[in-house]
Amino acid sequence: MSSRRSRSRQSGGSRITDDQINDLVSKLQQLLPEIRERRSDKVSAANVLQETCNYIRSLHREVDDLSERLSELLATTDTAQAAIIRSLLSQ
Amino acid sequence: MKTYPNLGSSASNDNNSRRSTSTTRAKFALRFIRSLKEMKKRGHVSNNSSADERSQRIKAAAYSSMAHAVGPRRAWARALLFKLQRSAKRHRVLTNMTRKMSRTCLILKQKKNKKKNKGINKKKRVTNGNDDVLLNQTDKLRGLVPGGKAMDVCSLFEETAHYIKCLATQVKVMQDIADQLSPK
Repeated sequence: MSSRRSRSRQSGGSRITDDQINDLVSKLQQLLPEIRERRSDKVSAANVLQETCNYIRSLHREVDDLSERLSELLATTDTAQAAIIRSLLSQ
Repeated sequence: MKTYPNLGSSASNDNNSRRSTSTTRAKFALRFIRSLKEMKKRGHVSNNSSADERSQRIKAAAYSSMAHAVGPRRAWARALLFKLQRSAKRHRVLTNMTRKMSRTCLILKQKKNKKKNKGINKKKRVTNGNDDVLLNQTDKLRGLVPGGKAMDVCSLFEETAHYIKCLATQVKVMQDIADQLSPK
């Protein structure tokens, strides 16, 4: 409760400051392979958000594809899970 | 190493608030492999079910494992689990975003869980006047991050950052497992 109040006061009465937004946006920017490489300060917040959306969509698609691939593999192969676990844990 | 009890509730360790990605990775991998095993044992991934059904099951297991590995401290993980449970209950496959039905329930749940959500409406109104392009993109983001519709802008961005990291880990691990299973 109190932390909420103080946060909103600090940001000018329930207003999110541009600084806060910029801070969060640049945090997001670090995670985007597309933009991270550009390394220019010209990337706008809207641009970062757009790339974020694209990146999430592409990750969702990858999960879709991999699920399909795994379902095929699991239907055909015998249980080799012990080997998988071992290899994953050793990484 | 085989058993990993109560991963979901382990978040009561408040001092552990920042878990490293590698821990999440290991937790996810263990959970996911365990559900794959379970599915295999029950014959859910054998050839008698349709290919589509099989991959939907695996997809649901992957997202669910990740949400469990992350734990209930993250809003997106809670929302994702809630959504998955609902769609499992309805015997529905996890098609990309069953938004309409989950939206209202998510908002209800978030309100119950998070006091700070009371501040949302104010903040929304403020950003409304600010920047239309930004708002548009933010709305799109809300649709992509589980539970995003009920978040204020700050938590939306924070949750998004975390969600992206976890999704990337999830993809990587699934890739590794698939490579491992592929005939050499």
